[in-house]
Amino acid sequence: MLKDITLGQYFPGNSPVHKLDPRTKLLLLIVYIVALFTAVSWLSYGLCLLFLVAIVAISQIPPKSLIRGMKPMIFILVFTGMLNLFFYAEGTVLVSFLGITITTGGIIRAIFMVLRILMLVSATFMLTYTTSPIALTDGLESLLSPLKKLRLPVHELSMMMCIALRFIPTLIEETDKIISAQKARGADFESGKLMEKVKALVPILVPLFISAFRRADELATAMECRCYQGGEGRTKMKQMHYRRRDISAFVTGAIFLAAVILLASFSL
Amino acid sequence: MGKAITVENLSYTYPGVEDTPGVTVFTDLCLSVEEGSFVAVLGGNGCGKSTLAKHFNTILLPCGGKVYVCGMDTSNPELQIAIRRNVGMVFQNPDNQIVANVVEEDVAFGPENLGVESSQIRARVDGALKQVGMYGYREHAPHLLSGGQKQRVAIAGIIAMEPKCIVLDEPTAMLDPKGRREVMETIIKLNREKGITVVLITHHMDEAAKAQRVIVLHEGRIALDGTPKEVFSQVETLHDLRLASPETVELCWELNKKGYDLPLTQLDPKECAQILFEVFK
Repeated sequence: MLKDITLGQYFPGNSPVHKLDPRTKLLLLIVYIVALFTAVSWLSYGLCLLFLVAIVAISQIPPKSLIRGMKPMIFILVFTGMLNLFFYAEGTVLVSFLGITITTGGIIRAIFMVLRILMLVSATFMLTYTTSPIALTDGLESLLSPLKKLRLPVHELSMMMCIALRFIPTLIEETDKIISAQKARGADFESGKLMEKVKALVPILVPLFISAFRRADELATAMECRCYQGGEGRTKMKQMHYRRRDISAFVTGAIFLAAVILLASFSL
Repeated sequence: MGKAITVENLSYTYPGVEDTPGVTVFTDLCLSVEEGSFVAVLGGNGCGKSTLAKHFNTILLPCGGKVYVCGMDTSNPELQIAIRRNVGMVFQNPDNQIVANVVEEDVAFGPENLGVESSQIRARVDGALKQVGMYGYREHAPHLLSGGQKQRVAIAGIIAMEPKCIVLDEPTAMLDPKGRREVMETIIKLNREKGITVVLITHHMDEAAKAQRVIVLHEGRIALDGTPKEVFSQVETLHDLRLASPETVELCWELNKKGYDLPLTQLDPKECAQILFEVFK
C-alpha cells in the first residue's frame, strides 16, 4: 500500500524540456516565481498562464497528472480564496451580512491569489516531472557551488539528498514488511480513535529507526571502502554543459520576465 | 609471485564499552595470500572472519603486529587511500552498499571519489558492468533489481576502481540459490580472466570448494589451511570445529563408516556420482 507513494515524481521523456540542463530549469523556475509575484493585472496573469501552458505543451506531460498533483492543495486553495474573499474590502459592496462584506475587489483578489498558487505549484511540478532526481541534485550542487567559498557544505548537502532519494524505496519496502510482521502477530492499525492509531504506529517506527541506523552504519563503511573522502578532489562521470537550447530558454525567460515587469510598472 | 596480503603476528581486541572488557579476536595470527590466487576463509560464527577482512582495508587497524597489503603497511595513515583503491570490499547486504539511485551512477561512485577523468570513468563503468553482466541494466533503479543483480552491481562498483584484490564478506548470505550462482560465477571469472586476487569469506562449503586454497579459522587461529581437497578430507577435524565438509565428501565419509573405502576428495557432485557408480555397479 505504501508503494504508491511518489515523491518528486519524474516522468521520463525526450521532449526539449526534458533535455534542458537541470540548472537552466531551476533558474527558469526562479524567474517564473519572480514574474508571478510581480504580476498585478489580468493581462500579466494571462501572460504567466500562457507561459506555463506553453511549457506543459512542449514537455508532453499529460495535463491530467498536473491536475492529480493538485489534489492535496485543495484545502489551501479554498482557505486562501475564502480569506481574500471575506476580508478584503475594496470596490463596490455586493453582499453584506453578519458583518462580512463581499466586494468586487475581494472577488478579483481571491481569484488572483488562487491562480498564483496554482501556477506556482504547477511550475514546480513541471520541474520535478521533467528532471530526474539525480540531475536535480547535480544541478543544485552546481548552482550552489559558489557558496562553498563561504564554507557551506554544498557537496555534503547534495550527497545527503542523493542518498535520501536512494533509500526512500528501500525504507518504504521495509516499512511494509514491518507492518505485515506486526499484523501477523495480531497488531491492529485500522480501528480505534486517533490517539490509539497514533500509538499503534510506535511498534512500526521503533524497528524502522533501528534498522535505518544499522543501514546508515553499513553504508558509511561501504562508502569509506570506496575511497569516499568528501567533495574534495572528486570528479563526475556526467558533466553538465549549457547547450544552444539552454541559451534560447534563458532568452525566452528573460523576455517573459521583462514583459511582466513592464506591464506591472504601468499597473496593467 | 608476490604476496597480495601479508599478516604478521596480528592481534586485535574490540574495545569494551564503558566498564565491560573488550573482546579479543586474534592474539597471534600469521598468514599470507599470493597475488592472483582465490582464497576462501571459512569458520563458525565469531571466529574472526569478518574482523580479519576489515584489517585488509584499514577499516580496523591491528592492536599488535602488522598487516601489509601489496607491500603497504595498513597502520600508515598516509597509505590509507592507496590501500583502499587496491583492495575492494563487498559486503553481505547489497542494499546497504549502493549509494546512487541509478546503476551506472553507483558504479561511477568509486572512480569519482578517486578523481578519475570523466571520459575515463565512462569507460571504466561500462567495462565493469559488462564484466558482471549487468550492462543492460545500467539505467535501472537499484531497488528494482534482484538480490543477485544488486550484489553484482556492488561488485562492478568495486571493479571500476581497478583494484588488485577483492575481499568479499559473505556476499551470498542474503541471496537465493540463483543469485548465489550468479555471484559465484562472476567472482570466479574475475579471478581467472582478470587475475584479481580474491578473498572470499563464506559459510557455504560448496563455494569454498571452488577456491584454490581454503583457510579455516577457529577462535582467532588458523585451524586448517590447504587446497580444498586437503582441507575437506579432514572430515573429523571439521566436525570438531562445528563445520561440515561439502555434501559429497560427507556422503563418502558416512559410507566409509559402513565399511566402504571411498576417497574423501570428491568435491564435484558429478565426479562423486561416477565414483559411487563404479563402487556399487
